[in-house]
Amino acid sequence: MRWAAFQALLSHWRRHPLQLLTLLIGLAMATGLWTGVQAINAQARLSYDQAAQTLGQDRLLRLEGGLTLADFATARRAGFTVSPVLEGRLPGSTLRLFGVDPFTLPPRGPATPDLTEPDLLRAFLAGEVVFASSETLARLPDSLPPGRILDGLAPGLVMADILAVQTYLRTEDITRLLISDPDLDAADALADLFPQAVLSQPQSDSDLDRLTDSFHLNLTAFGLLAFAVGLFIVHATIGLAFEQRRPLVRTLRALGLPSGALVTLLGAELALLTLVAGGAGVLLGYLVAAALLPGVAATLSGLYGAAVGGSLTLSPAWWLSGLAMAGVGMVTAGGHSLWHLSRLPILAPAMPRAWARAQGRSIRMQGLAGCALIAAAAALIWLGSGLLIGFMALGGLLVGAAFLLPPILVSILDFGTKRAQGALSQWLWSDTRQQVPGLSLALMALLLALSANIGVSTMVGSFRETFTGWLDQRLAAELYVTASSPAQAEQLIAWAEPRVSAVLPGVMEDVRLNGTNGQALAIADDPTYRQNWPLLDQVPNVWEAFAAGQGVLINEQLARRDSLWAGGQVAFGADGTRRVLGVYSDYGNPLPQAMMELSAFFQAFPDAKISRFALRLPPDDAADLAQEMVTTFDLSPQSVVPQAEIKAFSMRVFEQTFAVTAALNVLTLGVAAFALWASLTTLGTMRLPQVAPVWALGQTRRTLALADLGRALLLGSLTACLAVPVGIALAWMLLAVVNVEAFGWRLPLLPDPGGWVLLVVWAIIATALAAAFPAWRLWRMPPAALVKVFAHER
Amino acid sequence: MNVKAALFLIFLPTSLGAQGFAGLGQGGDGFALPQPNPTFEFPADHGAHGDYRIEWWYLTATLQDADGTRYGIQWTLFRSALSPEGPQVWMGHFGLTTPNAHHTGEKLARGGVGQAGVDVLPFAAWIDDWSLAGADFDTLRLRASTPAAGYDLNLDANGPLVFHGDGGFSVKSPSGQASYYYSQPFYDVSGTLDLPGGPVEVTGKGWLDREWSSQPLEDDQEGWDWFSLHFDTGDRLMAFRLRGAEAFTYASWIAEDGTLTPFPDGAISVAPQRVSSVAGRSVPTTWRLALPAQDVDVTVTALNPQSWQDTLFPYWEGPVTATGTHTGEGYLEMTGYE
Repeated sequence: MRWAAFQALLSHWRRHPLQLLTLLIGLAMATGLWTGVQAINAQARLSYDQAAQTLGQDRLLRLEGGLTLADFATARRAGFTVSPVLEGRLPGSTLRLFGVDPFTLPPRGPATPDLTEPDLLRAFLAGEVVFASSETLARLPDSLPPGRILDGLAPGLVMADILAVQTYLRTEDITRLLISDPDLDAADALADLFPQAVLSQPQSDSDLDRLTDSFHLNLTAFGLLAFAVGLFIVHATIGLAFEQRRPLVRTLRALGLPSGALVTLLGAELALLTLVAGGAGVLLGYLVAAALLPGVAATLSGLYGAAVGGSLTLSPAWWLSGLAMAGVGMVTAGGHSLWHLSRLPILAPAMPRAWARAQGRSIRMQGLAGCALIAAAAALIWLGSGLLIGFMALGGLLVGAAFLLPPILVSILDFGTKRAQGALSQWLWSDTRQQVPGLSLALMALLLALSANIGVSTMVGSFRETFTGWLDQRLAAELYVTASSPAQAEQLIAWAEPRVSAVLPGVMEDVRLNGTNGQALAIADDPTYRQNWPLLDQVPNVWEAFAAGQGVLINEQLARRDSLWAGGQVAFGADGTRRVLGVYSDYGNPLPQAMMELSAFFQAFPDAKISRFALRLPPDDAADLAQEMVTTFDLSPQSVVPQAEIKAFSMRVFEQTFAVTAALNVLTLGVAAFALWASLTTLGTMRLPQVAPVWALGQTRRTLALADLGRALLLGSLTACLAVPVGIALAWMLLAVVNVEAFGWRLPLLPDPGGWVLLVVWAIIATALAAAFPAWRLWRMPPAALVKVFAHER
Repeated sequence: MNVKAALFLIFLPTSLGAQGFAGLGQGGDGFALPQPNPTFEFPADHGAHGDYRIEWWYLTATLQDADGTRYGIQWTLFRSALSPEGPQVWMGHFGLTTPNAHHTGEKLARGGVGQAGVDVLPFAAWIDDWSLAGADFDTLRLRASTPAAGYDLNLDANGPLVFHGDGGFSVKSPSGQASYYYSQPFYDVSGTLDLPGGPVEVTGKGWLDREWSSQPLEDDQEGWDWFSLHFDTGDRLMAFRLRGAEAFTYASWIAEDGTLTPFPDGAISVAPQRVSSVAGRSVPTTWRLALPAQDVDVTVTALNPQSWQDTLFPYWEGPVTATGTHTGEGYLEMTGYE
């Protein structure tokens, strides 16, 4: 009996293969997008953890700041068990060099190279061999010696002898001393030896974790949005399937199948569907993640210097957990229908309309909930701070707007009904209104997707425009030169001085700024800066004060983080404070930064050496001079870079940053269109009893089909129009709240009406496409099918 | 990083028998080779000779406290060049032997950054916080410790340096492989041992070996037995036996005034008498040395048969007592016992 009942229930899907497909695709898409995004995040975190765990650094005390190998020897001779590390980005690449001393490595660190092979230790110490993971090895540049595989090293990390790394990074410093002895008193005694350095506790979450947190939260938010939109599809399909099987359910119950058994069977059916769709979703997630990961990796590397592997190495168990998400989705979307069915009286009339009508009653409640959510979002922004609060407010705004959509649509349609002249027109308006409850979920999905699109594209557009303008100002010099050594820099500058209108040396040192690691940057006092660096905030006569070394300029990130503006005092290094003369924009830099005049800088960092500088000259002469410089000094072409190239590189990093966002945007919109299509198809079947009488009264199928299409377009365009203000509000929140929290800079909202109109048009086209098939089906429906409605017992 | 195993190969690959103990059988390609009839220049020659592959500063001392309890200490600084012009690696060994305990310590360092090295005037040989240093080579202070034990000793030389073999050119095999080798066997030692039970004041006699070379061992020579003895008569005896297809022996007889008489291969007989089980191996801890030319026939017995240096390349090194025609104390080192 049960088997027969189960077969009878399943036979529904055989007769409605499209419905089955819709359900499976919906759930698979929801699961897939969510899993894919989470996979990207998990992969990135794995890479950060690997990087943090190199040499077991994550559990060791460390001493950082202004240290050299001589200091290392001093510490060792004083009896401290320390090991030196030098870390830095290999110039001209995205690889990070990690220099170690093989003799004093902390015990039991993971991923330690095996140097036992004859001659390997010598080669390692001589800088003739490096170690990297197999993936990183594939992209070792020619400037590095041959590499050997050391799996377990973080992607993008190249381990080499510390002296070799000093050569590559052109430094005599080391980044830190790792302290193997866990005794804090001993570590304090060590720190006393080196007053310029700072002792830090072992960190379970790496710097990268914290730096990139906002980026990953962004991705998660998008994944969740896609998941929610996908669930709309599943919900609509399951609702339809359950409705359509009411007669079957009644028959089965009348034949003696107990209610509990029926629910069990339907539950089993859902579980089976979950397994299939979840499996497909996990596969889809893998594909999404694999497709997006290289872009994400490039972004993270460009934006934060964080190396993330370009291939997925997550465990099968991790992927299986994606199935759980599919289960959550299925329960969320189908639980209500199942519960509803289990409480149905045995011989309840199979009345599909009851479902929709019950939903209609809740529209007023929905409206109230929507208002409450939007109010809550506003309150959160007003009162709270922090990235999570920002995202919660975002969520409140979006969900609130979605809840408000049906009541607003109903009000508009009610108004239309009242104004309508003639029976047909009145029927059209009121029938459209009638459809709102059935379509509301799909329309809400459309609203969410459209708002997100408008919001994000407005943010990206504003960012792009601001960023481009900022790049133009900031990269004012015509040529940017990197010398291979400070000595060469001196030669080059001496050579260039008579040939150009200005030489602008640049030098940077790590420094503690208000208690966190930051950068100190030196620039010459030159009209180039006065003319081209607009300041967000400044004291009077800021450039005169700057030239006189009376203080520093700080970047917006630092200013916003510590509420530090012109006239304030910033804690600088180990030796006191500097006056803040002004605040400048510094997009793309995750670190706090302070800018100083050259002579003031060299007072603070007497050992700093200039190895980079910029040249001002007539733009037309730049290429020739660059060529001459390269040939005269036998430089590599990468050493002299024209302004345009740097701009192009910066823009490339920027575009990459938002490439993932854009991809997710398109996917979300696609899912929403699919949801709309699924709902319209569902409704098309369900609404037959309402359409058949109108047909019987003499309207042609063609008219009815066109009416359906028109209705869908009306609802779609109304939704799209409502999405515009929501999207703008979203963009404002992204720019003014989330960006400030996530990146530390605030951008002006630059409206893009053309883009919005275009998106509305696209939404209408998507709606038309979604509605076309159900309308066509109605048009082509055999009259017998319509007549049958009257023969049925409904 | 498995650098320890790597150093194992560089310094003393006992596991590769054919390579000879301490990797000393490896090729000296590109390295300077010891030449006969050397002339030494001091203090310069107390320092490192970077153009030779391997070199050491090797101090042993037999000690005694007020109660008559006997102890022995060893401190060694090794230098190894990985290539003639290339990176230098330093290694320090610590040994402290009591009648019923043996403490071992070991340190590694790269050359060139100051973590380990040797200065000649004032003299200092150090690795991390272990050091043997003083105004000159005759007055030194030795300080080293491990988490379990340590020592702080003053060394005063009351005799001259002595040069083994042919004026410091010490042949190590029938085919003529050799090293430069001189010693300061006349140190009076006093100071403090830091033992788990508390500090102990001690006095005794010290012996410092200086040796450097690039290829001192034959390929088939897999280890050695080395003796340094201070006889009660004031004479001193240094003897070694290199074990291989054929044993190769050498002995230096050092009179109280520092006059050294070298004895070539076969002059001294070195024979194990009793074997102890040490760290899972069979190691001879009682020996008979007979040097008929000096009327010496002594039995040499380990103070503590378990004087096992459990370092990268493990070996036996500890204080011994001599009885027989002569009585005295000294040190025994045995390498290459599997």
